[in-house]
Amino acid sequence: MSELQEKLVFDRPESVIDRPTHYCPGCHHGVAHRLVGELLDEMKLREESILIGSIGCSVFLYNYLDIDAVEAPHGRAPAVGTGVKRARPDKFVLTYQGDGDLASIGMAEIMHAANRGERICVVFVNNTVYGMTGGQMAPTTLVGQRTTTCPGGRCRDKEGLPIKMTEIISQLGGVAFAGRASLDSVKNIRTAKKYLRKAFECQVQDRGFGFVELLSACPTNWKMPPVKANERIREEMIPYFPLGVYKDVTEEGGAC
Amino acid sequence: MADKIFIKGNEAVARGALAAGCKCFFGYPITPQNDIPEFMSQAIVDAGGEFVQAESEVAAANMLLGAGATGVRAMTSSSSPGVSLKQEAISYMAGSDIPAVVVNMNRGGPGLGDIGPAQGDYYQSTRGGGHGDYRLLVYAPATAQEAYDLTIKAFDMAFKYRNPVMILGDAILGQMKEPIEPWTPELPGETEGNDWRLDGAKDREKRLIKSLFLDEGALAGQNQRLQAKYEAMQGEIQYEAFETEDADLIVCAYGSIGRIAKSAVRKMRQAGHKVGLFRPITLYPFPAAPLLELAKQGKRFLTIEHNLGQMVDDVRLSMRTVADSDFFPVYPGNLPTPDEFEAPILKSLEGK
Repeated sequence: MSELQEKLVFDRPESVIDRPTHYCPGCHHGVAHRLVGELLDEMKLREESILIGSIGCSVFLYNYLDIDAVEAPHGRAPAVGTGVKRARPDKFVLTYQGDGDLASIGMAEIMHAANRGERICVVFVNNTVYGMTGGQMAPTTLVGQRTTTCPGGRCRDKEGLPIKMTEIISQLGGVAFAGRASLDSVKNIRTAKKYLRKAFECQVQDRGFGFVELLSACPTNWKMPPVKANERIREEMIPYFPLGVYKDVTEEGGAC
Repeated sequence: MADKIFIKGNEAVARGALAAGCKCFFGYPITPQNDIPEFMSQAIVDAGGEFVQAESEVAAANMLLGAGATGVRAMTSSSSPGVSLKQEAISYMAGSDIPAVVVNMNRGGPGLGDIGPAQGDYYQSTRGGGHGDYRLLVYAPATAQEAYDLTIKAFDMAFKYRNPVMILGDAILGQMKEPIEPWTPELPGETEGNDWRLDGAKDREKRLIKSLFLDEGALAGQNQRLQAKYEAMQGEIQYEAFETEDADLIVCAYGSIGRIAKSAVRKMRQAGHKVGLFRPITLYPFPAAPLLELAKQGKRFLTIEHNLGQMVDDVRLSMRTVADSDFFPVYPGNLPTPDEFEAPILKSLEGK
């Protein structure tokens, strides 16, 4: 009889701190954090990184990643990131923002940082609601989706259509990589990591601005169980927010 | 002795910043401070630094927050309506102990106001300006030379206290050309802020710079630390006392108005009137103690400002147990001359 063999097949990345998160069951922030942590490890960026935290559920990201961090006011992370990167161009600079933060109050900052081609990476978590404040309507809330500030469902005539950020960002000159992935399935999570790696590499290689949108679940504010929330991403979000690479200068064979 | 150069106050601020080792400048156009970003757009790059024309004053101030968090000497400049927009980041910087220099070339308000000089932003500058309980160390230069000197000092103070420091001028200071003698201070070098700045968690614990304190007692603790910092700043008060010793009446005025008032005082002295000038150079902390000393000597006071009465509150608070101050306003939108100050000074001198 052979001896029992133990083989470690799954571990916590060094860049991720071993502590329970404050996130709700089924929330995808934890998955997104882990992908960032894995890449910081794999690309040996942990000791060179400065994280710009933003406002929303992910404000506590700095409690979960073992890297230097500064907290930005609501929506201003790309401006703060610009200041950090201009002051320390030798460091790896990362912002992590939700849809309310990035696509509403921070619309000017994200557009101009992208357009200038700041050598920073933006992880954009789109879950179609303001999560931390209790599930209000976000700029990405789908038409008909009920939230606490559009209890009858988002109305196209009064509130406009949800904003497709990756499509907009990909049109700007300074962007080296822009892609949209989803965290609803293992397959899509793998693609998300591939996109994040591309965005990170674009900064390391001094190619330009990196932008990755991650379609994510917020079961609590969507008022549905986690499995149903994953199904909602596939059935409602992905058809409106198509997945894919929208810009990749590494494929075009040159810097921006 | 260094060679003199003939420049605007705005340029004196910019040159002072460069002499102080400012490595990042974040600007946005607004009159009457445009000479600062225009000068910096080339000069700071030539000095090996970075210039960004931001998309807004909001963004410029947040870029400053980012640069400051890395321990790099950085500055932004604007004028009144733009400084209102910067208040968000200024509050965050104060709340998270980030050093930075913010310049306000005060113009007329409220609203869009005009592009001429005014002192309507005294309250905003000395009471924090944004949300929450915080203070900035505020310098009010009256000449281009002082603008140069105090900008250098502002950087040292920002890092000494890990707090935003404001240079509060006005359109007169910014736009008037006069000779200055530039000089170069001894700089702190690469190690400045190396016990707190963000530069990557290599061979040390990670660092976190933030203003969010949710744990029970944590925010109270932070506010207590900030108050202790403001208390320590009291040691930095600066003022000019001109002919105050035997004066019966002291004119209190700051910045450009202080300089104009000095001309009036000088002229009235020649006519035999016992008048003097007390010009606060730090507006926060306010030089209350020396003012109280003068009040205890039984002198009368007249505060003149280019607003409807703001610093006069601090003058009165300084001497509240022993004396009071008259007030003469120059309405924002009007430009005063020394002669216009003579009548109100005489009136107060005679105690009418």
